[in-house]
Amino acid sequence: MSLLNLAQDFVVAAQPAAPVADTIGTGETIAFWILGPLSLAGALGMLFARNAVHSALWLVLTMLSLGVIYMVQQAPFLGFVQIIVYTGAIMMLFLFVLMLVGRDSSDSIVEVLRGQRLAAAVLGVGFAGLVVGSLAQAFTRVRSVGLASVNNSGGGNVANIGSELFTKYLFVFELTSALLITAAVGAMVLAYSDRHGKGEKKTQRELVEERFKGDRPGSLPGPGVFATANSVATPALLPDGSVAEESLSALIETTTKERLADDVAGVSGTGHQADAHALTGSASAKEGE
Amino acid sequence: MTPTYYLLLSALLFSLGAVGVLVRRNAIVVFMCVELMLNAVNLTLVTFSRMHGELDGQVMGFFVMVVAAAEVVVGLTIIMSIFRTRRSASVDDSNLLKY
Repeated sequence: MSLLNLAQDFVVAAQPAAPVADTIGTGETIAFWILGPLSLAGALGMLFARNAVHSALWLVLTMLSLGVIYMVQQAPFLGFVQIIVYTGAIMMLFLFVLMLVGRDSSDSIVEVLRGQRLAAAVLGVGFAGLVVGSLAQAFTRVRSVGLASVNNSGGGNVANIGSELFTKYLFVFELTSALLITAAVGAMVLAYSDRHGKGEKKTQRELVEERFKGDRPGSLPGPGVFATANSVATPALLPDGSVAEESLSALIETTTKERLADDVAGVSGTGHQADAHALTGSASAKEGE
Repeated sequence: MTPTYYLLLSALLFSLGAVGVLVRRNAIVVFMCVELMLNAVNLTLVTFSRMHGELDGQVMGFFVMVVAAAEVVVGLTIIMSIFRTRRSASVDDSNLLKY
């Protein structure tokens, strides 16, 4: 509250007494010529930054300078709300989502529509020219009234906004509460990820339950380590000497003998021996063909 | 200097935001450009409030901020859910709006 009063005092000090007409003092002029270019620089930086995080930080600069411009413009409440809500909450939300999505997701350079960027730039310059020209034309003879009298009457800027909000705009204010609740519920519905949907990972508990409901809760027997070889292809033997069918690897059993001929030759030493070319991979790749 | 200068500044900011929406591909950056346009409109509301000598413009600016906050929450969630299914935040890739 004291900060708000300070800002109001600053605003009043920057605006020397002019009860009827709104005069702009030197302080406000200097503030405008510092903050205006700063906010434009922020907007341009956001537009041209390749990295999305840099864009967000440039936008923070723009929003901060806009907040100070509000305070200079006799709207201290909106200035502080701008800094707290926009730069404090909304931009941090943007940064959170950027970090979740991944910082590397920069813009693609590929132009999908031919000449789209040029057309957008021309459109933007044309739009800016039209709006700036018409505004400058329309407002040359408009005399500004100024908020000094309003802000100095009653309880100041904040109290006056509050009384407007809860009398004249009460219904709209109630509607915004409905909007905020809808937004919160909508965000929860959209962000909820259904683990049981198709293609989702099963939980540990579901995996265990599935396994115990099946016909074999334990693990499959390993290959026959008591046989003459320790190859995976060697079947395990049951106590009566017969082959345990479950120890046979399905992958190896279905592989034809011809496809394994090269591997057999390599192990038994009858094929090509590994030499320096094996490291480059070119020779073995040709043999594998 | 007159308060019209603030209006000109906000016109420039608004058109920069519009160009950004047209040019940028990353959905989150497009969203930030929309935020910039909302901010530019807020600046005009504050300036008009000052020129009229009434507080209604500031109250409207306050409502714009509330709506912007709600919009950001829902929009970013939509971008997140699209990213979760398509593994991309580029507006070029989300051409199906389905699954």
